[in-house]
Amino acid sequence: MDILTDIAILVLAAFVGFEVISKVPNTLHTPLMSGTNAIHGIVLLGGLLVLSSAAGALNKVLLVIAIAFGTINIVGGFLVTDRMLEMFKGRGGRRRPEEDRAE
Amino acid sequence: MILATSFFQDHHFIEALYIVAFALFIVGLRGLAGPRTAPAGNRLAAVGMLIALIATLLITHVIRTGGDVALMAVGIGVGTAVGIPAARSVRMTAMPQMVALFNGVGGGAVALIAWVEYRRRFPGAGGAHWDLKAEIPSLFAAIIGSISFWGSNIAFAKLQELLPGRPIQLPAQRFINGLLLLVAVVSAVILASGTHSQALFILGILAAAAVLGNMVVLPIGGADMPVVISLLNAFTGISAAMTGIALDNTALIVAGTLVGASGSILTNMMAVAMNRSVPAIVAGGFGGGGTTPAAAAGDEDRQVRATSADDVAIQLSYADRVVVVPGYGMAVAQAQHAVRELMDELETRGVNVDFAIHPVAGRMPGHMNVLLAEADVPYEKLKEMDEINPEFPQTDVSLVIGANDVTNPDARENEGSPIYGMPILDVDRSGQVIVLKRSMNTGFAGIDNPLFYNENTALLFGDAKESVSQVVAEVKELG
Repeated sequence: MDILTDIAILVLAAFVGFEVISKVPNTLHTPLMSGTNAIHGIVLLGGLLVLSSAAGALNKVLLVIAIAFGTINIVGGFLVTDRMLEMFKGRGGRRRPEEDRAE
Repeated sequence: MILATSFFQDHHFIEALYIVAFALFIVGLRGLAGPRTAPAGNRLAAVGMLIALIATLLITHVIRTGGDVALMAVGIGVGTAVGIPAARSVRMTAMPQMVALFNGVGGGAVALIAWVEYRRRFPGAGGAHWDLKAEIPSLFAAIIGSISFWGSNIAFAKLQELLPGRPIQLPAQRFINGLLLLVAVVSAVILASGTHSQALFILGILAAAAVLGNMVVLPIGGADMPVVISLLNAFTGISAAMTGIALDNTALIVAGTLVGASGSILTNMMAVAMNRSVPAIVAGGFGGGGTTPAAAAGDEDRQVRATSADDVAIQLSYADRVVVVPGYGMAVAQAQHAVRELMDELETRGVNVDFAIHPVAGRMPGHMNVLLAEADVPYEKLKEMDEINPEFPQTDVSLVIGANDVTNPDARENEGSPIYGMPILDVDRSGQVIVLKRSMNTGFAGIDNPLFYNENTALLFGDAKESVSQVVAEVKELG
């Protein structure tokens, strides 16, 4: 693809990001951070792409480490966010009627 | 195997899958706007990630021709084996350091990929792949990724208390930091302009950025951690987007940019909430570790009033409205469950209990909310600063649990104070203030808090969890 197309995508994504994130309340900032944290684990895909054309032991070792790092980032990030958000929902039994109405 | 390049491996099909993935990321992030929709939002984003991963594996050259599936499986397997238990077992109070660590590995992955990209495209080593369009963003990604990796690791070590949380001052640090940044940038320019030297890449880019990452985060005090963590999060996002431009992969560009945007917004919000600029925070050393301005100028005659658990219990039980102000002290003492119990006891006695959450309370954005949610405090009881501040004059008792600087009236009144201008919770305007504190030490900013000397303030010394549990017991005895 043309580099200008890449940059256009980047700029538009930045505006979407600003719009979407501005609506998240302070209360949910920790899950927001760990959730977006998981999303940048997408560099894993970069590792996979480069590995397919990499030659040499060092390159391969570096990439396997990168892939492992990216996977930790994704798997850990989404799981931990899920754990936190389940707590925000409130656990069974303790949920109060007024809580169910909200949101 | 006779497998023609099928429809599924068509370039357009893969791009279409990526577009589905972006849509899921964006819808997922939108879901985070409310606690009801947030869990589904997070899962949608995870599904988006899975789709993007599958799409990438479908790309012809990734697996079908030449791809080393075994190595991919090893990397993904190790990552999963490390990530799942870490995420499952981490305690809610340790969440800031966990996020810092996950952020760091992301940055590390970016730096490693950029390194291999450089090696692969290096013309001497058989690569005719030299391409400025790919190399410039890749060099940029290497610098930012390396800063993010090392900075996050230092942040982790500080939060985990492997390193002291107070600012660690290094001599001439601003000058050295500037110099390191200059070295990294100049190295990048030299490499991009056609001089090829792997030594320069390793030393000038990776190592200089690594030292810079260390130097920038070491002097930053614990109270500024929310800003640093969101800033590093933004860095990793931006570096992932740069990797995406280098590899011409839209999934990386969009996802990385979304994270970069979100991290930048959060960083800015945190800085505004402390009335400080991001550069000032990064310059670090706030409150200057060693000397405490607290001991300054003729304050010796001021007295604090210590109180006891049974007095606190009586005050709370006979109040109409109580506002709890939690801070990092509550997290350290793991007092959130005891606090919830106190809330329950008071509410059965008809006391209206709310929680006032300062945007930078704790060590990461929204830290207190996570802890209180863990203890099953209803989401609706957690009030943001602007919402609760007008209500303090109608509040009978404010119960400050391990929070200090975010309640310091000097921020409002004393122009000479280092935190002057920072928005605070106006607890001093409520009828009575009870402060739970371990000792008379100053907060992380190292600044004295006149709130403690007010006539309507009483201090209950001790570990926050024990103090709250004692108060709960006393409240129960009141019957």
